Amino acid sequence: MALVSPASEIAPDVAPIPVSPAKVRAAADAPPALICRNLWKIYGANADAFLRANPIPTPAEVRAAGLFAAVRDATLEIRQGEIFIIMGLSGSGKSTLVRCLSRLVEPTAGSVFYEHQNLLRMTPAELIQVRRHKMGMVFQNFALLPHRTVLGNVAFPLEVQGMGKAEREARALQMIELVGLAERAGYYPRELSGGQQQRVGIARSLAVEPALWFLDEPFSALDPLIRHEMQNEFLRLQRMLSKTIVFITHDFDEAIRLGDRIAIMKDGAIIQVGTAEELVLNPASDYVSAFTRHVARGKVLTAGGVCVPVHPGETLAAAVPASALVAEVAESVLASEAPAAVVDADGMIIGKLERATVIANLVGGVQ
Amino acid sequence: MSEVALPRDDTHPRRFPVGWIVAGVVALAVLVPYAAPDSFGWAKTYPARWIVPISDWLKAFLFWLSRDLSFGLFTFKDMTRFVSGLFGYALEVPKALFSSGVTFGDEEGAFHIPRLSWAGLIAAVTIWSYLLGGVRLAVLGLLGFFYILVFGQWDSAMVTLSQVILAVLTGVAGGIGLGILAYRVPRLEGTVVAALDFMQTVPTFAYLVPLVFLVGVGPVSGMLATILYAMPPMVRVTMMALKRVPPELDELARMTGCEPKQALWKVLVPSARDDLLVGVNQVIMLTLNMIIIAAMIGAGGLGFDVLNALRQANGLGKGLEAGLAVVALAIVLDRMSRALVELRPVHGAAAARRRQLFWIGLAALLACTLLSFVFPVLEKLPAEYRISTGNMWSDVVSWVNVNLFSTADAIRTFLLMNLLVPVKTFLIGFPWIGLLAVVAGGAWALGGWGFALGMTALIAFIPVAGLWERGMTTIYLCSISVVIATLVGLPLGFLGSRSERMHKFLGAMCDTLQTLPSFVYLLPVVMLFRIGDVSALVAIVLYAMVPAIRFTDHGLRRVPPSLQEAGTMAGCTGTQRLAKVELPYALPEIMLGVNQVIMMALSMLVVSSFVGTNDLGKQIQVAISQADPGKGLSAGLAIAFLGILADRMIGRWVATRRERMGL
Repeated sequence: MALVSPASEIAPDVAPIPVSPAKVRAAADAPPALICRNLWKIYGANADAFLRANPIPTPAEVRAAGLFAAVRDATLEIRQGEIFIIMGLSGSGKSTLVRCLSRLVEPTAGSVFYEHQNLLRMTPAELIQVRRHKMGMVFQNFALLPHRTVLGNVAFPLEVQGMGKAEREARALQMIELVGLAERAGYYPRELSGGQQQRVGIARSLAVEPALWFLDEPFSALDPLIRHEMQNEFLRLQRMLSKTIVFITHDFDEAIRLGDRIAIMKDGAIIQVGTAEELVLNPASDYVSAFTRHVARGKVLTAGGVCVPVHPGETLAAAVPASALVAEVAESVLASEAPAAVVDADGMIIGKLERATVIANLVGGVQ
Repeated sequence: MSEVALPRDDTHPRRFPVGWIVAGVVALAVLVPYAAPDSFGWAKTYPARWIVPISDWLKAFLFWLSRDLSFGLFTFKDMTRFVSGLFGYALEVPKALFSSGVTFGDEEGAFHIPRLSWAGLIAAVTIWSYLLGGVRLAVLGLLGFFYILVFGQWDSAMVTLSQVILAVLTGVAGGIGLGILAYRVPRLEGTVVAALDFMQTVPTFAYLVPLVFLVGVGPVSGMLATILYAMPPMVRVTMMALKRVPPELDELARMTGCEPKQALWKVLVPSARDDLLVGVNQVIMLTLNMIIIAAMIGAGGLGFDVLNALRQANGLGKGLEAGLAVVALAIVLDRMSRALVELRPVHGAAAARRRQLFWIGLAALLACTLLSFVFPVLEKLPAEYRISTGNMWSDVVSWVNVNLFSTADAIRTFLLMNLLVPVKTFLIGFPWIGLLAVVAGGAWALGGWGFALGMTALIAFIPVAGLWERGMTTIYLCSISVVIATLVGLPLGFLGSRSERMHKFLGAMCDTLQTLPSFVYLLPVVMLFRIGDVSALVAIVLYAMVPAIRFTDHGLRRVPPSLQEAGTMAGCTGTQRLAKVELPYALPEIMLGVNQVIMMALSMLVVSSFVGTNDLGKQIQVAISQADPGKGLSAGLAIAFLGILADRMIGRWVATRRERMGL
């Protein structure tokens, strides 16, 4: 994909630097697919009465009532086709939040809209239909059925719907091929490695061709090498499928690699929502900046994000696209004396990228 | 009593030394009746006029049940008749299949469909054992069934097997059903657990009494008693197994849009397969154990042969043969069902081979059975091909009598004179007030006033129901057996914890001991020590020893290596380390083992009343022969209460101790 139109008016002899993005960014103006507003999940006796009496309690008030708030006043809009990451440490409420969004856990208050329908108002029968046809979920510990083969596991959601055997197995086989396990279709889960097991989990969650895909720490139980490989696999699949994805992780590097936008949770509340670059450049609190401190900034920040205004008449070297990551263009920027021009998608110069900036962002997270 | 005397909380000394007062009251309650028998005779021997006629009430209640209770459309009696009729018919199926075949028409033109051929069954068992557990299991299965065949036990064994099969099917289905119900309806869970606890403490025999009364003597009441006895563990296992299914699988079921039924049968139950199969193994073993005992109420089969042998003066040889057939059946069924737990699903060629073996086994079974239309020898092995070692065993028995009699008799007399009789005399003469006070004091020290009240009420049942002498005989036999079993089990368990070879050997030994139905223990014991308390004692010790070994071994193995190193580095000698570091750490676990020993001793006690003890078990046995359900039930309740008492007290001690150690 040619991202750069040559900025001929600056340096006609300099060729543009080709850059391929690590992931396809969902359009920022895509319509929201899943919306939750003022979502609460409070555990304890008479939690809903408590919340009715005091709709926005402080954490101290919740504790004083002998209750525990796993999700506090969460409001999110997840866009069509984006990879939305919910990131937080263990106990931050991210698992509960995603279970509230899928209504595996009944929220205490708030609303969840999917395709303009309030999930929380649905009858059990309606909910079963939505889950059978619109949602898929991948679990941290794979949740494979030990008594079924790979094929049987992947065909399971289709079987539950009542699809005929031949049809569901054909569809399941396609999914198994998609995740590269065609050779292993007759195996049982215990005969597979962890990475292979999660591929089965992924294939199974995709079998019903859901529009909405929940992944609950899908790669946390895998060792680092396999995890990396699975992340690539996941990006490959998403390039093909363009699902709306809610992805839970406690690993900030994973969040950056995979996410279009990231929501950071702490103690049940959402502290900040934004792209990785926004989180790094404008952390909403010390908590967020603590996460971003050790990030390889060069792999997060874009040329457009860190460029500075151009002085009139300045000599600029090679043009780099505003959307390119600093790390991707570093080599060429450092190769020339002059700062690089940063151009937007239309080829207009929006700033310059200085060598010092590149070095600062490459060398360390710590400022 | 030092536990009693210690203040319960060192940091906040009580104003009153309550511990001392309690200890004093207990001492008074024990000593005063001895010191002043004239004025406190009522406190020593429970006055007959205070006895509450609980047996009569129970009897009246059961009569009311069987005569007058009506549910409007049908009476209780109709219901029991219906149930027994149903099982009667159901039992015909496995009986025809395994034991009798089916004969149409009268003698002239009779057409006989043979039962499953012995040759086919042996072939099938061998092939299926191979499928389940390889060559070793195949050899075991072959030898076990071959023994039953050539020693002429086939007919009896097949009667027993057909009852086992029906009882296991019913017990497993009912157990899974109830377990699912309790899992699904949390409100029921507490009730179910309490009922299970109670049912598992009531000794096996006590089930027989009301059943004989309500259903009558015969295979059906034997079956029903067996099912009642073997089903509770399946309920428990099912509840536990379903709870242990990872929550993610439950979420998976919901996220894929399973309806509740789909979630249960497609996800939860299959995922709990391994645990459920462990339950099935338990049901099989309990069923076999009980079906042998149920011979007392006419279940027939191998149990009848054993029982008959015990009743006859010189039938021991035959009895041993039947007993060994029980052992063979028990071991083969146990190992096969255990291997089934371990059998993991496989794919491809291995799976195809499994299927193939299964069908080959089935084909062999059917082919031999079909052939036996033509060759009747395949249906029933003619007597001339059988071997009876009955004579040999009789010879062994005589040899034992001649050569070991003096030794065995010396041991027997020594034990009786120096241990059994004194303890028995002491306990029967113990003031009943004193017994209540000792239990109350101990329970108070362990769990406070409320706990003491509950425990005292349990023990009070024995004098109040007029069961003093038999109850104290039970306590005496039980406590001596438990002490001996523990004294034997502890060192064995200790050895097991120190060496891998010993651990394996003891494991295999315990497995086998636990597989054997309790009834079979009586045979060799009677051979050596004849009828009497000593035989009962030895049989109980052998039967109940297993948990003492297992829990000691396990408890000592669980001591963290860091603690042992700390002990060594502090300069402990080996003995010091054991006494000061390892034993205290493992003690709660060992006490749980002792708790199990008590439970098993109590249940064996009832069985061993066959060899002539005069305890509560004897009363149940008498009640069965007299069809007096009141007496049998009250004795059963007394044993159950003793069991609950021991269980709660030890449980409380273990919990406190573990809490204190932060475990």
